Amino acid sequence: MSDRPAPLHTVNKSPLAGPALQSCLAHLTDGAAVLLMEDGVYAALAGALCAGLLADALRDHPVYVLGPDLALRGLAGRALVPGVSIVDYEGFVTLATRHSLVQAWV
Amino acid sequence: MRPKRLLFVARCPPHGGARAAEMLDAALIAASFGQDVHLAFLDDGVFQLLADQQPGPDGPRNFAAGFADLDDYDIDPVWVERDSLGVRGLSAGDLMIPVTLLDRRDLAERMAEMDVVIGS
Amino acid sequence: MKFAILVNEAPFGHQAAQSALSFARAVLSSGHDLVRVFFYCDGVQNANRLAAPGNGETNLVRDWSRLASDNNVDLVVCIAAGLRRGVRDANLAPGFRISGLGQMVEAAVLADRLVTFGG
Repeated sequence: MSDRPAPLHTVNKSPLAGPALQSCLAHLTDGAAVLLMEDGVYAALAGALCAGLLADALRDHPVYVLGPDLALRGLAGRALVPGVSIVDYEGFVTLATRHSLVQAWV
Repeated sequence: MRPKRLLFVARCPPHGGARAAEMLDAALIAASFGQDVHLAFLDDGVFQLLADQQPGPDGPRNFAAGFADLDDYDIDPVWVERDSLGVRGLSAGDLMIPVTLLDRRDLAERMAEMDVVIGS
Repeated sequence: MKFAILVNEAPFGHQAAQSALSFARAVLSSGHDLVRVFFYCDGVQNANRLAAPGNGETNLVRDWSRLASDNNVDLVVCIAAGLRRGVRDANLAPGFRISGLGQMVEAAVLADRLVTFGG
């Protein structure tokens, strides 16, 4: 990981609804991070089809999930892919300040 | 104030929704305001550049014809992800304008160097 | 830090506009500046004051207006995208103004971060 500020990527689609998550994860550069939000939070579920993809990404990149969007969907108490961190909207803002830009994979 | 490097990322196909057309409008305006504008096409967004799109009499305007004007706006080169073309059975020869083909890693690096990225 | 927000989805068809509002509030509560919220594509519907959600439903149009009046946030609706969808001065909710795409470009230039919601 480099010290150069890198993008924060947001994904708001279910991983089974289209290529957004897969495409996002394929374009991560050194220092980049991922935030799952809206229907994108389903990707964080442990045991889901894409859990392996996410686990691979987590070796080199932080992955965050928006807590309010987990709760809204009945997922607040569910097991998540190990290493995924839950943030609130203030956390989202902080991540945006720490990264060079925010790229939405919609 | 120095111009910003603004990238518009096109990932949706051209005619199923209005997003593609409206994002092209935004890119052209940004360029006309003197910003350093780039366009990247990946995933289904590569279909936006397919040659010979034929609007019917009742259909939406053929916004894709506007891609021919990109060099007038100094939006050049246009980046297209090679892998996205390949998995759709397409090649650069199927596209209406000359493009710069980039591998995924190269495109990722270029996207990361921008000041602002607007996705679609 | 200076933030700008781009909203591309309508208030009741998609969660994105609600996400954008929550993010806008968090920007302000974190002590950052919110230089502009620009409404584009279907996002222009966030400014339609004729929207009348049922009792007990969220009224995002009203919530945006409150955000503008309470925090002096600049809410700008794209004129071209708005006219296409019937959002114009006649039905513009309080706190919004209508202008051109140049305002989106300016927001991107003025802000340190432009965050896109929806699509």
